Amino acid sequence: MQIQVNGEMLQVQDDITLTGLISQLELGDKRIAIELNLEIIPRSEHAETVLKEADRVEIVHAIGGG
Amino acid sequence: MSHQNDPLIIAGQSYNSRLLIGTGKYKNLEETRIAIEASGAEIVTVAVRRTNIGQNPDEPNLLDIITPDKYTILPNTAGCFNAEDAVRTCKLARELMNGHDLVKLEVLGDQKTLYPNVVDTIKAADKLVQDGFKVMVYTSDDPIVAQELESLGCVAIMPLGSMIGSGLGILNPHNINVIMEDAKVPVLVDAGVGTASEAAVAMEMGCDAVLMNSAIAGARNPVLMASAMRKAIEAGREAFLAGRMPRKRYASASSPMDGTIIG
Repeated sequence: MQIQVNGEMLQVQDDITLTGLISQLELGDKRIAIELNLEIIPRSEHAETVLKEADRVEIVHAIGGG
Repeated sequence: MSHQNDPLIIAGQSYNSRLLIGTGKYKNLEETRIAIEASGAEIVTVAVRRTNIGQNPDEPNLLDIITPDKYTILPNTAGCFNAEDAVRTCKLARELMNGHDLVKLEVLGDQKTLYPNVVDTIKAADKLVQDGFKVMVYTSDDPIVAQELESLGCVAIMPLGSMIGSGLGILNPHNINVIMEDAKVPVLVDAGVGTASEAAVAMEMGCDAVLMNSAIAGARNPVLMASAMRKAIEAGREAFLAGRMPRKRYASASSPMDGTIIG
């Protein structure tokens, strides 16, 4: 199925979880935060959150800024 | 030293340093780290961005270098041009920081000026405060807007000295003075300071602290400028506490006029 991650379309397997997506993107060891369809999904819920077609995911981290 | 018994208190937390610095525009993470150390800053701002932006996958993350156990991390909403995006960014930041809820709210008006959009700043501040955030708010130097933001529950008011990254100093000190007269929360000059003397001016005026990024990162030698800013902030604060001498129109001799060998 197709989902949108950080504004770009991405092909993922059906029923992938957020944890699965994080590992597909090789972000497993990074300090990140995730928003799914405009709702924050706490880290503790990544493993049980199953994605569906056309979901919109934002994955962010901290970078330099003033 | 007087400044050691003169903490800056923001949202109930006590800080020794009155210099807050940003982490943008440095050559690399190592320069960022050394400059922050030289500045003595305890509160350090970061931006929140998509993971595919602004970093090589192999590089360590900023928060592995500027660690939350050593610094108070202040995520900002830079790059947000409406209240909704700013609120979303703050919520992501809180998740990123494991529930830490101190944020720097900035909602910008346009790319050219990066001037605060005060209408959306007020909207976002209201939502964020109600959602439990401790909001340090970047705003224009309009005293009425500052009062409004304070009454909504912002924990610090941060008027610009001049436009972000301009290095033009404090263009309207009179407005900053009016804001400080009325404010019961800390007032920080955020944006505009270009060099050490301008940081000292802000502190001599009685500002509680100064937040800067470009003045340090944009200096030819950022680490040396970070050290200069640390001293300027401390000197300015001590001068404010000491109370400057009155200005006089004419000379007043420092040496006694009696007993000279003349006449």
